[in-house]
Amino acid sequence: MIKVQHEDFDAGAEMARMRMARPDVGAVAAFIGQVRDLNEGSKVSGMTLEHYPGMTEKALEGIVERAKGRWDIFDALVIHRIGALKPLDQIVLVVVTGAHRGEAFAACEYIMDYLKTEAPFWKKEQNDAGERWVEARASDDDAKQRWSESD
Amino acid sequence: MIKLLYFARLREALGTAQEEIAMPNDVADIQQLMAWLAQRGGAWQEEFTGCRPLRAAINQELVDNAAAIRDGVEVAFFPPVTGG
Repeated sequence: MIKVQHEDFDAGAEMARMRMARPDVGAVAAFIGQVRDLNEGSKVSGMTLEHYPGMTEKALEGIVERAKGRWDIFDALVIHRIGALKPLDQIVLVVVTGAHRGEAFAACEYIMDYLKTEAPFWKKEQNDAGERWVEARASDDDAKQRWSESD
Repeated sequence: MIKLLYFARLREALGTAQEEIAMPNDVADIQQLMAWLAQRGGAWQEEFTGCRPLRAAINQELVDNAAAIRDGVEVAFFPPVTGG
């Protein structure tokens, strides 16, 4: 399931719902991304998340489908927030369920690596100096690359 | 007609979020559309001449610069993504 929303989410409730969805779930892997108060040496007071409505959902659905094709997992959930956020706010939640931890961990990491490099979201940070668009990181492309090397 | 969308830093630099244009005669792919947009001069020239990294999507799918454009499609340009 994919959700792109302004509202906060309850990670515990989402994980419980997915854990209880079927009795053969043996593993639940999750990732939460949170707004930091520091980026590249600047104190961050807040940020605004912009996205491309329609493409965002399609891109995330495609990433989840590829993860499901690659690993033997049961289900995956992605919730990504948009709009105005401040330090300590949750930005993103990924939850993956499966029979065993190895597949769930790997699929969760894969989904985050592709979300970071292919899902059309952009962060604009507010800091002491004003506002700036966050630049993409080469390390995120490297993180994605390792999945294609092992194909 | 094709629909053009611009996002994030690019949208601000161009001062435009979206527009519809008649399919230009000499444009068949993303690379040629970028060259056509650059001809508008000013910020358009700065943004579309390849100095800064840009990504493109056709009908909401990421594509490379050789991807063909047909009349009626939705084309989006944006900086590398920074979500998560």
